Amino acid sequence: MRTRWQRIKDSAFLYHFLRDPVAYVSFAILMVLTISAFAAPLIAPHNPYDPTTIDIMDAELPPAWTDEGSRTFVLGTDEMGRDMLSTMLYGMRISIIIGLGAVFLQAFLGIVIGLLSGYIRRLDNILMRIADVQLSFSTYMIAIFIGAIFQTAFGVANYEKIAAPLLILIIGLAEWPQYARTVRASVLAERKKEYVEAARVIGLSKLRIMGRHILPNTLSPVLVISTVQVANAIMSEAALSFLGLGMPLTKPSLGSLITAGFEYIFSGSWWITILPGILLVLLILVINLLGDWVRDYLNPKLYKG
Amino acid sequence: MFAFTVRRILQAIVVMLVISFIGFAIKHNFGDPVRELVGERVTPEERAQIRERLGLNDPFLVQYSRFLVDALHGDLGRSFFFKRPVTEVILSKAPATLELVFCASLIVILLSVPAGIHAAIYPRRLLSRFIMGSSIVGVSIPVFLTAIMLIYIFSVELGWLPSFGRGETVLLFGFWESGLLTKDGLLHLIMPSVALSSIMLPLFIRLVRSEMMEVLESEYVKFAWAKGLQPRRVWYVHAFKNTLLPVITVGGVQLGIMVAFTILTETVFQWQGMGSMFIESVSRADTALMVSYIVVVGAIFVVVNTMVDLIYGLVNPTVRVAGRQ
Repeated sequence: MRTRWQRIKDSAFLYHFLRDPVAYVSFAILMVLTISAFAAPLIAPHNPYDPTTIDIMDAELPPAWTDEGSRTFVLGTDEMGRDMLSTMLYGMRISIIIGLGAVFLQAFLGIVIGLLSGYIRRLDNILMRIADVQLSFSTYMIAIFIGAIFQTAFGVANYEKIAAPLLILIIGLAEWPQYARTVRASVLAERKKEYVEAARVIGLSKLRIMGRHILPNTLSPVLVISTVQVANAIMSEAALSFLGLGMPLTKPSLGSLITAGFEYIFSGSWWITILPGILLVLLILVINLLGDWVRDYLNPKLYKG
Repeated sequence: MFAFTVRRILQAIVVMLVISFIGFAIKHNFGDPVRELVGERVTPEERAQIRERLGLNDPFLVQYSRFLVDALHGDLGRSFFFKRPVTEVILSKAPATLELVFCASLIVILLSVPAGIHAAIYPRRLLSRFIMGSSIVGVSIPVFLTAIMLIYIFSVELGWLPSFGRGETVLLFGFWESGLLTKDGLLHLIMPSVALSSIMLPLFIRLVRSEMMEVLESEYVKFAWAKGLQPRRVWYVHAFKNTLLPVITVGGVQLGIMVAFTILTETVFQWQGMGSMFIESVSRADTALMVSYIVVVGAIFVVVNTMVDLIYGLVNPTVRVAGRQ
């Protein structure tokens, strides 16, 4: 009998994965980034959330490899004297958490709405019209609008206090139609098949047919778009933070770090904004490359370039 | 076609109603028209009087219908900060945004079509691989980061280009402040439009390439090869013509989406357009201005999308039938 480990080792998935350098290199980078982000409290040399360890005299020190750089701060310090490396690690953790949370929310909304509209014909027209309309606006725009409305509704101070869950909500609300459309398309294909017919003949309830019979068969396209959606969500979060509708400076994400450093670029302190920028691009890039690979692997027909 | 047109326009009207309803609900709950009119220094009694006179104590739906009628007459309220009707404020800011979008789309079209065609005709060449590789990197860089890097390289380090504002402008036709006619204005335009175009360029290159590759596989192109036509004729006359239709329709919608990205670009470059005005109005709690931006931009989107759909329906009859079921 073959063990599970052997099955994984012999699978076509792993075979193709290990033969595509783009895939495994980006996977490795993503793993390193994610692990170091979540291990930030353990591995970061300083704690940016603890004001007692921060000395304003250390502000705006350049990275260690330049002439004025100091050994204690490898990547320099920001305008408040926080260590860039630690702040970036903590920031990346927030960015990733918000990205994943937003994708879970949009997947949940999208799957529920997609199932309903694919299986119950009466709801289809209205739900898909809403999705169409929302898709025809850009998701960025919807996210910015919802963010602006929330900020007006809660006031700036309250908004900053609950920024992280709010951002998840905003991005989730802005991007669910992608999922709804994908799920609906596969539900429409599945519902005609015989096993659904059979389930209906046995007399199972609609809810059970949708949840237990159709849903599992619609999940592979959902997985395909999820990877890219995480990258999109992280990018939306960065954009919102950049506009002042995101994470506050006391608990910065990568986006708000870039914003904060932007003013100092004119005085030559490029590292405060460029370094988090590079990290953000690297993170999004590897997720996108991985997403492309997964899409091509699971659905060769979709492959267009 | 007639039924399709009517249905599409009805749908556009419904969407506009929904947008205006959301806008009004925000205004109704969070805005304070009395403050917009007279400022903060008024006694509570006077305030109550003004409220009654303005009809702010009427039922919600009565107020909403009044808002709709006013909006149709081009009156969306007054800006608390600018002390002017919001339509005036938005109209005065619109030229800056439109010029930015225009220049950026020019860059996108002029670069993406040749690059996409090249990548489609010679998929294995080094240049094509480079184009496709940089397009996936391009997709992964947020637009504001591109803008910041441009500023750092060309303004801070090299000092070649100005980093913010619109520079010298010329007043055209009495209302259009144009930066396209002066050297200074054009210099100020370069970086913002490059930054804005950077987000659409990769998408367009991929779009042109994939459509072109699909057409190159089709029967009639094979027939053209079989007839022994010149390669150039097959590529540019036979194949390219048919890639244009999807590119134009998808492109039309995408160019509308650029309006959303102007919010980010304008904030970085302090470009005095509608996008930075919107963000400022959010931070100043200038509800009337914020709501009217949402309504105006919503209207632009709805009009563009409806037009694109109608054009598409005109050219491709299957769309008209599919919608009916």
